[in-house]
This record gives sequence, C-alpha cells and structure tokens, in this order.
Amino acid sequence: MNGTSLPTWLQIALPVFGVFSILLAWQFLLPFSGVPEYVAPTPTQIFEVFRTQMPMLWSNFKPTFVEAIAGFFFGNLAAFLSAVVFAYSRIVRLAYFPVVLFFNTIPILALSPIIILIFGLGMLPKIIIAAFICFFPTLVNMIRGLMSATPNEEELLRVLSATPWETFWRLRFPRSLPMLFASLRISSATAVIGAIVGEWIGSDKGLGALIIQATLNYQSGKLYAAIMMSSLLSISLFLLASSVERLVVRYR
Amino acid sequence: MLAVETKGLTIGYRAAGRDITVLSDVDLSVPEGEFLTILGPSGCGKSTLLRVVADLLPPLGGEISVLGASPADVRKRRQTGFVFQESTLLPWRNVAENIALPAKVGGKLKTLASPDRIEALIDLMGLTGLAQRLPSHLSGGQRQRVAIARALLTEPKLLLMDEPFGALDEITRDRLNDELLDIWRRTGMTVLFVTHSIQEAVYLGQRVMMLAANPGRIVAVTDTRPLKSPDNRCNRDAPDLITEMARQRAMLEQAS
Repeated sequence: MNGTSLPTWLQIALPVFGVFSILLAWQFLLPFSGVPEYVAPTPTQIFEVFRTQMPMLWSNFKPTFVEAIAGFFFGNLAAFLSAVVFAYSRIVRLAYFPVVLFFNTIPILALSPIIILIFGLGMLPKIIIAAFICFFPTLVNMIRGLMSATPNEEELLRVLSATPWETFWRLRFPRSLPMLFASLRISSATAVIGAIVGEWIGSDKGLGALIIQATLNYQSGKLYAAIMMSSLLSISLFLLASSVERLVVRYR
Repeated sequence: MLAVETKGLTIGYRAAGRDITVLSDVDLSVPEGEFLTILGPSGCGKSTLLRVVADLLPPLGGEISVLGASPADVRKRRQTGFVFQESTLLPWRNVAENIALPAKVGGKLKTLASPDRIEALIDLMGLTGLAQRLPSHLSGGQRQRVAIARALLTEPKLLLMDEPFGALDEITRDRLNDELLDIWRRTGMTVLFVTHSIQEAVYLGQRVMMLAANPGRIVAVTDTRPLKSPDNRCNRDAPDLITEMARQRAMLEQAS
C-alpha cells in the first residue's frame, strides 16, 4: 500500500514464488522437524498418491462433485424464489423472517444427522444438506438486494407507468445482482462443505468418506490428496460464480 | 387548455392512517407552454406539489386537473416527464440505454427508442461520444443531462423538474439553465421547475410561485415577463433582474 504499483511480471511472479517457497520448505524442512509421516506427508508423497491412485480419487470426487453442484443449484434457486415472495409480501416478511434468521443460526453439523435419518444414506440427503447450507445466506442477501432500489428509482418506474413485472426485471432484479453474486461466491465454498459433512455422517463413497477412512487408517497421503481435491472443487465453483458475475454485473 | 389547474387543492402525506397536510388551498392555473418556477425553503411542500401533479402522491383534498385530465390518466398516457434532484440513472445501463428506458416500459412506445432518436437526444444534451458510458463514469452535470434526455424521450407536454440542478456547481448550473430554456423554447412544452435558489427561479421562470414553510402556504406569484424579452430571454446581471431577486429574498425572509 505504498502507492507505486509493481510491474506486471512481479505481480505474477510473486504469488508463484510464495506458493513454491512454502512447498519447498514443507518438502525439505518437514523431515527434520520430527513430525511423523502419518500426521503430515511431504508434497512428493501426496503427488505420489495422485499419480498412483487417480482412478480411486476420481471415483470419490464424482459423487461429491454432483452433490455439491446439485445442492448449490437447488439451494440457491429455492433461495432466489423465496426471496421474491419475501420481498413482495410484507406479511410473509413479518411472519417468517425471524424463522429464517433462526434457521440460519443452526450449525449444519447439528442438523445433518436429522436429514440423514429422514432421507437415508443415498446422495439425496447430501444434496439437501448442501442446498440447506446455501439457502439461508442467499435468501437473506437476496431479500436485501431485491429491496435495495432507492425511493427515487421506484418513483421513476412509476412515472414511466411500468408494470410490476417490468419494475422487477428492469429495476429490482438488476439491483439485487451484486448481492446475489456475493452470496453465490460464498455458497461455492459452503456447498462443498455441506456435501462433505453429509458424507462424513453416512456414506462409503465421496471425498468426505475418503477423508474419514484415510484418517482412521493413518493414510496421510490419501487424506491430504482428498483435502486438495475438495478445495479444488470449491475453487472451480468459485471461479465459475465470479466469471458469470463479471459477464453479468456491470457496476459495483 | 390549461396545463395544470387546481382548486382548493390540499396536499401532504398519509402516515399511520392520519393525513399530514403540507400545503392547503392551492389555487393554481398554469397555461400550456408556460415556464413556472416554484420557489421555497425545504419543507414548504414544493416537491410534494410536483409529486401530486406527477401522480406519485394522491391529493388529500380539492381538485386537480393536468392537461384537462386526471394526473393518473396523464401519467398513463405518458405525457409527463420527471427529472429528480439525484439523476436516478440506473447504474447498470449506459447513457444510451438509460435514455431509452421510458420506451422499454409502460407499453406502446417501443418505436420511440430508435437509434437515430437516441443519438439526436444525446447530441441535443451535449453528450456526444458518451453513449456507451456507464453513469459511474460521468460527472454530476453529465448525469443530469442524461436524466433530462431521458425525460424528453417521450416528447412530454409537461416537464416536471424537482431541483434538478440543486447539487451542481454554479457554472454548470447556469449553463444547464440556458440549455433548458433553449429546449423549452423549441418544444413549447410546459415546465414546472422546483428550486430553492432565488436566482434560478427568477432567471428561469416566466412566473415565480413562492411558497413558505410552517405552515406551508403560497406567499406570492410574481410575473417576471415584464423584466424579460418576449421569448423569456434576459441578462443574468440585468439591474431589473437583480432588483427582483432582492425583492423575492425580502419576501421569503419576511414569510419565514
């Protein structure tokens, strides 16, 4: 923050250097630190797991991927549709907004066993958990977003004799987009958390199940590989959300 | 026909089931084609009056007719344009898209937004070359120019302006005043222009309606035409005009 901006090549080189310095330190200093291998493998050991056990990792990645994407999609879609009802009905808002806030505070770990109990052990309960974790933050943000048009903007559309439908698509919806995408970016990480938590509690496949098995069997290489794949999944969802945002939102 | 006519009009707000009167017994006749400025301190009801004419607020009592019809009918016929103090441009639409907005809503006006017409309005308001700019990349004066162009798109018979230049610096304001007068001369529309600036009110208006606050009331309606040329031109520094401004100021001070 000293005012002068760095040359472009440095702006690219420095993050790369940062990552590699940590990987190198991890690789070469870890063996001297006395940390046992079953707690923390070196980067090459993790890479070795990726090289030799890719089919196994991939087959566990797929269900988590499907659950996270489906949960992300349905959770946010449901939140969007509910937000429209909340934004347009003061009665619904007064009656149910406190309930929304209450549900929003329930830790997902506390709720997941109930969802597994109701929906069994298939993929559906994981999708529901992932959807649930996405739903409330998006709902809260989206209600605010849809109601964030200024009084003057509402008056402008009224002077122009716009129909409620037109006011929604020309004013309220575009007004809400920055807040919608803010919560979609958050959802991209939480949807993956939801899917993995669901798999912890009741599943024998998926990255969550793999994490539990690898931990219990002291297979730290496998564990770290699973962790990296989970984070990869979050990052790709995040990048998807931000690139759509860059295409759609023209202002901040 | 009169552009605006009111008889015993009472205006104000309805809050928690009770009527809060801001201004009562307004008898006003504005002939078509007139430039009327409404001058007064904040809280006198000048903006409220404009909102009642625009059908943004229902009157609390009395009669009002706009262009021979009810305010709601005139609004639905799209014969009024409204310019707010804040330009109220939609930040995700560029200049051309903001100007085209009135043709995209309210029905039956799609043809108005032809590229030629938008371009003509952009040129008219001195915005040439800025068609693709987003509002966040415009100055305050440019934003108000876009807002005026947008209001002119539907070729309104009545232009309602609520302190449109109140947030601009003096030089920009003076320039926009002259441009507005030019457009008014060319189109022959009626303009109701709300301002708290005595200078602006006297310079622009053929008549100046002065309001006072607490309680809101009409203090005086002054005809400034004798001070100006027949097409409402005058020199900003003309002694007659300066004298009139001083007189208005004295009236305003006495009334408050």
